[in-house]
Amino acid sequence: MGRIGRKFESLHAKNEKALIVYLTAGDPSLAITKQLILGLEKSGADILEIGVPFSDPTADGPVIQAASQRALKTGTTLQGVLNLVADIRRMSEIPIVLFGYFNPIFAYGVEKFAKTAEKAGVDGVLVVDLPPEEAPELRIHTDAAGLDFISLVAPTTGGDRLKTILKDATGFLYYISITGVTGTAAPKTADIAREIGKIRKLTKMPIAVGFGISNAEQAKEIGAIADGIVIGSAVVKLINENRNSDDLTEIVCKYIKNIKKPLV
Amino acid sequence: MKNLPDQYGHFDIFGGRYAAETLMPALLELEEAYDKAKKDKSFAKEFDWYRREYAGRPTPLYFARRMTNALGGAKIYLKREDLNHTGSHKINNTLGQALLARRMGKKKVIAETGAGQHGVATATVAALFGMECKIFMGEEDIRRQEPNVFRMKILGAEVVPVKSGTSTLKDAMNEAMRYWVGSVRDTFYIIGTTAGPHPYPVMVRNFQSVIGLELKKQIHKTESRNPDALVACVGGGSNAMGTFYAFRNDKKVAMFGVEAAGHGMNTKEHSASISGGKVGVLHGNKTYLLQDEHGQVRDAYSIAAGLDYPGVGPEHAYLAQTGRATYVTVTDAEAVDAFSFLSRKEGIIPALESSHAIAYAMKIAPAMKKNKIIVICLSGRGDKDAQTIIETM
Ligand SMILES: Cc1ncc(COP(=O)(O)O)c(C=O)c1O
Repeated sequence: MGRIGRKFESLHAKNEKALIVYLTAGDPSLAITKQLILGLEKSGADILEIGVPFSDPTADGPVIQAASQRALKTGTTLQGVLNLVADIRRMSEIPIVLFGYFNPIFAYGVEKFAKTAEKAGVDGVLVVDLPPEEAPELRIHTDAAGLDFISLVAPTTGGDRLKTILKDATGFLYYISITGVTGTAAPKTADIAREIGKIRKLTKMPIAVGFGISNAEQAKEIGAIADGIVIGSAVVKLINENRNSDDLTEIVCKYIKNIKKPLV
Repeated sequence: MKNLPDQYGHFDIFGGRYAAETLMPALLELEEAYDKAKKDKSFAKEFDWYRREYAGRPTPLYFARRMTNALGGAKIYLKREDLNHTGSHKINNTLGQALLARRMGKKKVIAETGAGQHGVATATVAALFGMECKIFMGEEDIRRQEPNVFRMKILGAEVVPVKSGTSTLKDAMNEAMRYWVGSVRDTFYIIGTTAGPHPYPVMVRNFQSVIGLELKKQIHKTESRNPDALVACVGGGSNAMGTFYAFRNDKKVAMFGVEAAGHGMNTKEHSASISGGKVGVLHGNKTYLLQDEHGQVRDAYSIAAGLDYPGVGPEHAYLAQTGRATYVTVTDAEAVDAFSFLSRKEGIIPALESSHAIAYAMKIAPAMKKNKIIVICLSGRGDKDAQTIIETM
């Protein structure tokens, strides 16, 4: 079992829910991303999702789109993100998932990516535009390297398809809380509870919920029904609003502490 | 040739369905509905009726005598897709998809558009079938294709301006896909070219294949044989696939897909994904893409808004790889010359997109024998480009 599995086990033993924090690597700079990550770990983040910027993020709303554009402008590359992870690994054991789109990985070379990511200390990958039908070309390599391949389940995913996804899912299951792109709507807890109920009948795998969660209230409600919550656009927005502040890390950490409270 | 794509939409290594999970069920539902419609004679009959009675098909295959004489080589025929209702080949596809949407009970449609021709063709069928319609269009394209923006609005569509990237076709498609992720339960996405995730490339190709099927019959009537060469411009590739498909097994028919070289292939300002790109994944399929070494998609450029796209339909990538079709390029300047040439020689104002095909035929015709035959797909009319042409003069 990797860092991700162990993390969910230890949280489960404490009756705690996982707080998964997304941020876009390189926004505003890779150095600040590193500083933020180290701070976030101390503030209650259990797992990190590091966004690898892509020019055409078709599953993301305006906040993460803009962050990706900023990160690309400052020259962030997949290699840069892998180096960042290797750097963080020297100081931290926090589970790390790379979140992004397939083309940068494809351009890097799928096999080289899997090997380099494993060596850098990446624990899992989540590739938004790689559904199970197309996943094998990457998974041959990431599975071999022992990386978790985090699978998405959407509100539109039907029964048979869900079974197919669950059959090959590793790490944790990512339930998309809204029928929409990231950060564009508030999730409806009752709907999510019903869907998670269905999924739980089919799997023992931890389930995290994300795409629309932006405050402690939602974190509390959804934390009560899932094994973890993902918070993304809200963090990215906060980072951007305070990009020039000396207290950026403190502001973001304070925010994360507040989100984590109801999950403990 | 093998019967492609396979069941997952792959043309060898190209194509596929690289889509967000939220869209996957909709794509599978679409595929199922399309397969069913394909087997249903009443769908074919209905489609045929609308093509004939509403769009005005068959379109003429016109012998361009003055153009032929001026170039002094091969005989040149024009497949007059510009004479379709709405002024381009795009209606062939939007009629097919709207009929499918109607069968699926979807009352809302969305589309991306570059030149505005697909937007107009979508707004038109939406009006025809009483559907709500939203068209995503880059701000730069809204500026340079203004007449089409007015047409869409007159037809009752909402035109949504897109500001990201270079504010052209790629960005409009990104935004349409995002909107579709949020509206997928009741909205049908009418993609305008042979790109996107499976089943779009194969479905759009089939809806457009009427171009080649018709012209094959027509040329056999007048010349009693196949043409020697087919020439069509390639944006996403729908008019070219539509032209080529009926001839795919006629090995002696050369096929030329003309990509936009913009300011020149030695610059970064072009849209020639096959001639100047590398394999990658964008908008749901694997194909040739303009991109940097890190897999970030580069902005395309062409004077023709409908060719201004950094990708290309996966079946073209496959035809290029196997060598069955040849992909060549034409610059802005050459296309503008061809635009004037055809206007003055034949009294036909071609779309700037189609002018790329005209320009390539003008390059090869003089060196060909007089008994050789070239058919050019004249994909659309050029009224929409008057403003752009005046700016270049
Ligand atoms: C007249 C015309 N021709 C060609 C194209 C390019 O599209 P495709 O390559 O799909 O035929 C367009 C696109 O807008 C167009 O308007």
